[in-house]
Amino acid sequence: MHRTKVRVVEDALDANNTIAGANASDFERADVTVVNLMSAPGAGKTTLLERALEGMAEEGLRVGVLEGDVQGSFDADRLSVLHIPVVQLNTDNGFGGECHLDANMVRSALPAVPLDDIDVLIVENVGNLVCPAEFRIGEDSRIMVCSVTEGEDKPLKYPLMFRACELVVINKVDLLQHLDFDVDRLEANIKQVNHHATVMRVSAKTGEGVEEFRAWLKALPARIAAEEAHDHDHDHAHGDHAHHDHADHEPATA
Amino acid sequence: MHEFDLSSAIVQTVNKHAAGRRVTHITLRVGRLRQVVKDTLLFYLAIVGKDTPCEGATLEIIDVPAVLRCNTCKSEWEIEIPAFICGTCGPGAVEVATGEEFMVESIEVEDEEEAACTAPR
Repeated sequence: MHRTKVRVVEDALDANNTIAGANASDFERADVTVVNLMSAPGAGKTTLLERALEGMAEEGLRVGVLEGDVQGSFDADRLSVLHIPVVQLNTDNGFGGECHLDANMVRSALPAVPLDDIDVLIVENVGNLVCPAEFRIGEDSRIMVCSVTEGEDKPLKYPLMFRACELVVINKVDLLQHLDFDVDRLEANIKQVNHHATVMRVSAKTGEGVEEFRAWLKALPARIAAEEAHDHDHDHAHGDHAHHDHADHEPATA
Repeated sequence: MHEFDLSSAIVQTVNKHAAGRRVTHITLRVGRLRQVVKDTLLFYLAIVGKDTPCEGATLEIIDVPAVLRCNTCKSEWEIEIPAFICGTCGPGAVEVATGEEFMVESIEVEDEEEAACTAPR
């Protein structure tokens, strides 16, 4: 038997990124801006959405949510009172479930998502600070929620995640008065790993700062469209007509 | 904890390029910023690769250091801690030069014939 060395030089996540590209094309065709919302378990993603999405349709932004969870529909049930499209996506494949969503899982759920009836799709990822940062799903924007009960050093321990996001929402600031927590140090650590990140301090419980997050979300589709138009011009200026793939590896810039 | 899925991604990529041939060796290029735990990756690769052409293949990981570049002063430096800041110019124009790689660099396969195809695509 003869042994041959085969040069491969391929990103091992190419297969995922290819499907993410297909998702991105579907989203673009339907004119839907997609947000990948990530955090550690219990940081308050669902509570933030409950608070922030209320009455959004009346203010002109039709939002749908794709709820990723290992098991169950607790989060989707909580959001059902908002009367917006919520689709549950469980990652349990019989072996205990995945710790993140990947492009293929999102693709499998797309037929259930009414893309024609929404402007923004928020994909609430599985609570986890490692894996979700690595698997693109075809999103336009990656944001994360971290809370003041988690420790100021988290950006330094999970730089992969903090660098992947263009917006970091610091949640549960209503608890600061009870905690020995230095929120300025947390913000400095976020900036140390991701200088370009936008940082907001909110309390999804009391509503403090939530209006700023709502405003950010409302402005997102127009900003993404402007960036895409800019990229498009840029591509043409360089004679490169390749489709701009959002499933790239560059850290997001605000 | 992400090593299981990364192993699956590696096995998928390797088997595609192996095109049915048995794989004896896999060389990966992994950047330090990927936060991959080598021993865990090896452990999972053995599990995920079972009953595939990868079964029994040895694994070599080429570590790629985390190197940053400042586009203002054009300097490059290696980091040991996650601080994405230029000592001279601040954080504004800092980008990652190397350290984000997660590549299958090459594989070694068993061929029936001497004249092997080394260009899979």
